[in-house]
Amino acid sequence: MIIKDVLCPFCGCLCDDLTVEVENNKVVDVKHACKIGTSKIMGHDRIKAPMMRDDKNGEFREVSYDEAINESAKILANSKRPLLYGWASGVCEMMKKGVLLNEEVGGIIDNTASVCHGPSALGVHEKGLPTGTLGQFANRTDLVVFWGCNPVQAHPRHMSRYSVFNKGFFTTKGRKSRKVVVFDVRKTDTAEMADEYVQVNPGEDYMVISALRAVVADKADVIPDSVGGVPKEKLVELGEAMKGAKYGMVYFGMGLTQSRGKYKNIDNAVSLITELNAHGKHSILPMRGHYNVTGFGQVCAWETGFANAVDMSRGIPYYNPGETCSNDLLMREEIDSAMIIAGDAGAHFPAQSIARMSKVPVIQVDPFHNPTTEMANIVIPTKVSGVELEGTAYRMDSVSLRMRKLVDVDFPSDEEVLDKIIAKVREIKGASS
Amino acid sequence: MSEMLIKNATVYDPINNINGDMMDIAVKDGKIVDSVGGSAQTIDAGGRLVYPGGVDAHTHIAGSKVNVGRIMRPDDSRLNNKPRTKVTRPRTGYTVPNVYSMGYGYAEMGYTTAFEAAVPILKARHTHEELEEIPIIDKAGLTLFGSNWMVMDAIREDDLDRLAAYVAWGLLASRGWGIKIVNPGGGEAWGFGKNVSGLDDPVPNFEVTPRQIVKQLAEANEKLNLPHSIHLHCNNLGKPGNYETTLATFDVCKDIKSKRDRQSLHVTHVQFNAWGGNHWGDFESKSEPIADYLNKNDFLTIDMGQLVFGSATTMTADGPVQYANARLLKARWSNGDVELEDSSGVTPLEYHPQSYIHGIMWAIGLELALLTKDPWQVLMTTDHPNGGPYVNYPMVMTMLMSQKRREKEMAKIAELTFERTSIAGIDRELDWYDIAIKTRAAHAKVQGIIELGKGHLGVGADADIAIYDIKPDETDATMEFDKVEAAFRHAAYTIKGGEIVVKDGEITAVPKGRTYWVKATAPADGHERMMEDLKMKFKKYYSVNMANYMVQDEYVEHPVVFETGYQ
Ligand code: SF4
Repeated sequence: MIIKDVLCPFCGCLCDDLTVEVENNKVVDVKHACKIGTSKIMGHDRIKAPMMRDDKNGEFREVSYDEAINESAKILANSKRPLLYGWASGVCEMMKKGVLLNEEVGGIIDNTASVCHGPSALGVHEKGLPTGTLGQFANRTDLVVFWGCNPVQAHPRHMSRYSVFNKGFFTTKGRKSRKVVVFDVRKTDTAEMADEYVQVNPGEDYMVISALRAVVADKADVIPDSVGGVPKEKLVELGEAMKGAKYGMVYFGMGLTQSRGKYKNIDNAVSLITELNAHGKHSILPMRGHYNVTGFGQVCAWETGFANAVDMSRGIPYYNPGETCSNDLLMREEIDSAMIIAGDAGAHFPAQSIARMSKVPVIQVDPFHNPTTEMANIVIPTKVSGVELEGTAYRMDSVSLRMRKLVDVDFPSDEEVLDKIIAKVREIKGASS
Repeated sequence: MSEMLIKNATVYDPINNINGDMMDIAVKDGKIVDSVGGSAQTIDAGGRLVYPGGVDAHTHIAGSKVNVGRIMRPDDSRLNNKPRTKVTRPRTGYTVPNVYSMGYGYAEMGYTTAFEAAVPILKARHTHEELEEIPIIDKAGLTLFGSNWMVMDAIREDDLDRLAAYVAWGLLASRGWGIKIVNPGGGEAWGFGKNVSGLDDPVPNFEVTPRQIVKQLAEANEKLNLPHSIHLHCNNLGKPGNYETTLATFDVCKDIKSKRDRQSLHVTHVQFNAWGGNHWGDFESKSEPIADYLNKNDFLTIDMGQLVFGSATTMTADGPVQYANARLLKARWSNGDVELEDSSGVTPLEYHPQSYIHGIMWAIGLELALLTKDPWQVLMTTDHPNGGPYVNYPMVMTMLMSQKRREKEMAKIAELTFERTSIAGIDRELDWYDIAIKTRAAHAKVQGIIELGKGHLGVGADADIAIYDIKPDETDATMEFDKVEAAFRHAAYTIKGGEIVVKDGEITAVPKGRTYWVKATAPADGHERMMEDLKMKFKKYYSVNMANYMVQDEYVEHPVVFETGYQ
């Protein structure tokens, strides 16, 4: 069976033009996807059955779903400060259940943006986000800036579908319609393909952005000979090019959000874009990683008022990054249990956080074995969303699309597991109150 | 299902010409009926005020720009927080409440239906995801067509059938209720940072004018026999002197014959479009010529867009106006270009009574409502959350009912306001019947949902009923405005589809609401030409595939489909 217009459940590009061939309920071929997308859809080692171990040095033993779910509910219901983390590679339907579970247990719900584009959200609180949909950029941009991101590796089809090579209504010559500039501390594969590569000294992006703002404001005379490792003449040239663009676009990644300056870099970059709009049209977009990390921010915002790091211990949603993000809580050793779902804390958290997590019961809900599994006491395997389950995901530009189901499996969905945990938590809490 | 009898109600039901009569209302299976049996649940209204459930024909309650407001404003989400109860989820937010608070807030004021006024088709799925999560109230979304490439190409080629076919398809794709036009053509111009300056300023690259967009969409609207008329946000919104554009825009639709018992043009939040002067320095009210036009013409309706002092989050598909606002106020700015379709912007702001500009804006909204003679022509809205959050409706209602209440407000407002407006000299005071028109009956009529049983209490109508803790014949609303406001703020009962959802101002049940959308048939040849064009646009210019674009049934769990067709 050939299934067309399939969405890819890997990166924030959420490509929706894949053709997948399924034979005997198995994916046998994937067309149009990039390598990383193909590999996810083709499938690899799954966790086969729920597992539990009493002590993290001990071996896992296979258990029934009911046992793993009931035990998980017990842990969460009896915790004072449970952390519910992950949520990036699942569908929105399960995220809604996550927010509800967090209400039931009075915990903290946080997603992978916490260690990725979380600072971008703080920049948005300060300055907003002038942006648009990827098709708008595809049809119009004549100047494309990649800042601290490397789509060639992380978003392989971004440049061909949306940003660089594609042809659009006003960009009929594709690559030739655009000037491409890369700001980065090292010469990435993306930089190799750019018209201009601007090497920025590590941690000095903020100053470079400020210098560009000076050029845009016709105040180039205040700029010293070199800023952040970039010569003044280059900065003036680039600032003027931005000002002269019909539609200028800045895509940014963790090189900007997780380097020195963090959210202030984004605040400054958004200011630059806002000021540039007095000249031509300009937008900015974070290059979101997981295919539905954007969706969590959307769901969490409409359900709680906040996009991430929501602490329900007071009975009302409370949000204060620096206090209520996963690593803030782990570093302060506040967390007394954790559920890691559709995200991998084990691979991405700092050592001190991992150390804390190794001391508390950890529940993992995920189709795949990963570093988090090593820290887990309970492991509950689920369906792979977008391959074995349909549901909603938000592309990096906040356009939502419906993911398809390609094959049938017996695993439960994340949503079903969460539903059962919620029911059990209610039972336990109801009995104790 | 159950039966219910509301006894001794002082009923105002303008659609059925009921003006303060003491009567009983019988309910069965969620509908109003003639009578019920002796075992029906009984509520003794004891002579208290009873209205049909409130209807809000223009508000911004769901979708990407609302959520951008939430994400951009954690400061707002810290306001009005309430923990969950046995029936409710936690509530946050004032100008951009979370979805739960959105539904509870409307229900607490006796409202049972609301129309989200701006839905880009590409982002309609998101809008419906939020609408589904808003508890209790019924809803619908108005689909944006005013800067759409499909629309402009069909208009340029003067192909009305193809245009109508696209509108029908767009309503289906977005599960939308009607045609929304925002700053016609301006959204496309904003694609390269420009705007259109008025009705005859061509849209760059598309060789059509805002005038053509308004006129032809209005014609397509009637050809398709849609329940609502076009819903128009005029060009030049937010600019001093824009009342002239507004009046000229009214005229564009003067000869459009409505197929239904409704207006052929609805112009929204006219407060923002009734501005005189050449710049902020000589800014003044021009509500008089606007009201004068309404008094002489019955083909159009408007809503107020009343300003409420305090915090607001402005959000609109008018992208350029938001950039101008943000620059003027040095405020946070989010922009949302939507490929091939429209634009949008979000900017928070604060309305200060000490600012004469804000004072004049405050006055204009009220003047429009009070100077226009026919109460059916001017709906009460705040263009939530642009003029201020909808939770302030009870206050706006008392402003309309009491000159004394207005004077109390005027005492706080910058002096210059009163040289540039006529509000201080207006002594009109609306009565309970007028308020029923302005907050439910006229909204239902304007949106074309009377036949769906909304906005009235006739037999067969939905049993959406608000009982307020106030007795009209014992209350002088012109003097006891605090009492009236308190009553409107927390309904004694809100009944939604026959179920008590609010009692003594508290939420008691949280049923899921329904979503109305329109399925219209178009002429076959127009549809064919349209599909050819549409397929080409998806292939070449959209960033999503056509097969993944349309809102799937899964996103509208409780649909009410209104079928209509090309004539
Ligand atoms: S670019 Fe991203 S979404 Fe597209 S196919 Fe590759 S991994 Fe999948």
